[in-house]
Amino acid sequence: MKFSGLFSAEAIVLKKHHSLPALAGALLLALAAGSAHAQAARDYISIVGSSTVYPFATVVAEQFGRTTPFKTPKVESTGSGGGLKLFCAGVGVSHPDITNASRRIKQSEIDNCAANGVTEIVEVKIGYDGIVLANSVDAEPYELSLRDVFLALAKDVPDPSGAERLVPNPYRNWRDVNPALPDEPIEVLGPPPTSGTRDAFVELAMEGGCKTFPWIAAIKKQDKQRYKAICHGIREDGRYIEAGENDNLIVQKLAANHHALGIFGFSFLDQNADLVQGARIEGVEPTFEAIAAGEYPVSRPLFFYVKKAHIGAIPGIPEYLEEFTSERAMGQEGYLVDRGLIPLPPEEYAAVVDRVRRLETLGPTLE
Amino acid sequence: MNGAASQEQVLERVRASLGRRYRQERRFRLYGLASALLGLMFVGLIFGTIISNGYTAFWQTQVLIDVYFDPAVIDPGGGRDPLELARADYNRLARAALTELFPDVRARRDRRSLNRLLSSGAAYQLRDMVLAEPELIGKHRAVWVPADDEVDMVVKGYIDRSLPEKSRRVKDRQLAWIDRLADAGRLERHFNAAFFESGDSREPELAGIGGAALGSFYMLLVTLVLSFPLGVAAAVYLEEFAPRNRWVDLIEVNINNLAAVPSIVFGLLGLAVFINFLGMPRSAPVVGGLVLTLMTLPTIIIASRAALKSVPPSVREAALGVGASQMQMVLHHVVPLALPGMLTGTIIGMARALGESAPLLMIGMVAFIVELPGSPFEPATALPVQIYLWADSPERAFVERTSAAIIVLLAFLLLMNGAAIWLRKRFERRW
Repeated sequence: MKFSGLFSAEAIVLKKHHSLPALAGALLLALAAGSAHAQAARDYISIVGSSTVYPFATVVAEQFGRTTPFKTPKVESTGSGGGLKLFCAGVGVSHPDITNASRRIKQSEIDNCAANGVTEIVEVKIGYDGIVLANSVDAEPYELSLRDVFLALAKDVPDPSGAERLVPNPYRNWRDVNPALPDEPIEVLGPPPTSGTRDAFVELAMEGGCKTFPWIAAIKKQDKQRYKAICHGIREDGRYIEAGENDNLIVQKLAANHHALGIFGFSFLDQNADLVQGARIEGVEPTFEAIAAGEYPVSRPLFFYVKKAHIGAIPGIPEYLEEFTSERAMGQEGYLVDRGLIPLPPEEYAAVVDRVRRLETLGPTLE
Repeated sequence: MNGAASQEQVLERVRASLGRRYRQERRFRLYGLASALLGLMFVGLIFGTIISNGYTAFWQTQVLIDVYFDPAVIDPGGGRDPLELARADYNRLARAALTELFPDVRARRDRRSLNRLLSSGAAYQLRDMVLAEPELIGKHRAVWVPADDEVDMVVKGYIDRSLPEKSRRVKDRQLAWIDRLADAGRLERHFNAAFFESGDSREPELAGIGGAALGSFYMLLVTLVLSFPLGVAAAVYLEEFAPRNRWVDLIEVNINNLAAVPSIVFGLLGLAVFINFLGMPRSAPVVGGLVLTLMTLPTIIIASRAALKSVPPSVREAALGVGASQMQMVLHHVVPLALPGMLTGTIIGMARALGESAPLLMIGMVAFIVELPGSPFEPATALPVQIYLWADSPERAFVERTSAAIIVLLAFLLLMNGAAIWLRKRFERRW
């Protein structure tokens, strides 16, 4: 009895759906039409780009959304390179208005932008970020020079015997690199090659240590490619462990493994000072003050780029810029500083505010 | 004689090996039991850590402050203009109320660190109160407002007070203030309704999974509406009507293949077809739903075909025998009998879609979105994506929120899989 009832009810339902594929097709069309409509008028700012700038951009976006009549901007974390690619794809509502970057835009990207009609780009430098090498607070603190970092992590290093040739990295213990360092095997957790943090670390720390060898520095003039390969190559024998883009994960792994060091952004050290300690690099401790003063050697500027053609077409862009560059956000004691952003020095800050107010655009070639 | 002797010998050999065979049997069972227990232990471990990490996020520390809704701050003009009221500096009201509780804190620096005890959400809460009830202006009212996430962490015991002050984000003075508030009964843990209602936020105490849950709901709706009819129709055609030839075999192989394609590939497909070619908006649940449709379709088709296959041929023959057309036979008899199996397959496919995050990465749904999506065309995230985003946030308080979001996602998955089992138990027929 129960089943017959079920059958008839379902048979009725199915009778109504005689032409299921046709129905689904109609639905698809309706969806496409609806999307075209949604696309024609975007009333929120679309932001893409660096995962390093993401924590700062989202704070500003939220503040902006809550205190102005405009909608909260949508912030995607795509990485600096991915963001600039999307940003440069063209002008129009389907393309993002702003992209965040943890490095400066490259000439090739400006050319790509121009080829797609994105010619007017406003560059905004928001501050600095320090990259730290840290280990558990329960382990011995490290005191590293850039040369130590290079020797410990490079794929090929100068022959330890002193000859001017490269050998595959033979170092297994920090003590082999420098007798003053702790007697611990080399084990470093760091970001993968897609990460902007990795790019900056390689450029600042690895290359910084690499060029302390005069004969390698001399290669730069003759063969730039080879110089880059030597200085930017990270060892692949398992002593440098790619730990993904998740800095929190690295912090937690360090807290559990007292023998390892990790590479991540300063804000994560700042938030987890009870778990991890930063290594002194070239004698400088990674503190807020040292990075702000430019004394800490592994720090990089952070930027975002604005598509000028979208100002006026998408509501709220000038107000967002104003919020981001305001004293209460980006200033010396702004709320971004509470989040771990290292603010610009006052003169540089004033210059940035001035450029943003005039919406000064980048030229076709980087100076 | 000879035969009896050999029989005796055989029995001897059997008896001799009997103990060994019993032991083997017992060992074999024990291995099975051990591996089942090991699996169960790991599940228990995962659930245990997630729940013990996350359950505290369902409560949020709140502070009781006596707010004076000062007309001079809220509405200096006196016009009660809603726009004017929305723009006022409610932070000042909250801070003034806090200062009243700690009259001895005077220095500017100390005031700043005192103000850090309150969440920035306190100001928004006061604003919403005034907008909803303008008569409040000029009155005093005791209000529970959210405490800052760091205060919340102290109250929940996640911060070790014995550490030296330098390696703590909450300083000794702030700890003393927190203790004073707690002793005065002005610090309480309340149910964290905001966690279920609001969208994402960079303030852990204001962040919620409401937006992500709504995004997941829209996505699953689109997926269900598209993939169930399409999947069932395809299965019915292939099983009941399609001729048996090389082309149908080819289609079958392809469907089975598609079911095993990694989901990120569907994300790339969605990016190329729906966003770049058809020009649909990035980050919209409708695109997510379309991508997940592509992903779940093969699962549904395979499950539906299996359900149709299990309907005995005698049902078909009987229907045809009394003069039903083939279509009548299929729609009146075979499909209703197979429907519970089809629904079970669909629900399991949907549960997989709910937990999927890789394809959403490609179509821009990994994004910071504060506002709740009002329709499937507005930007949204999904539950697994929200978990990923929170897991990557530096603030300590997001650790428990990440676990709490996982608990919610697991609850949904349990519900869906439970529904699938219930459907099967309730309506399944065996022949």
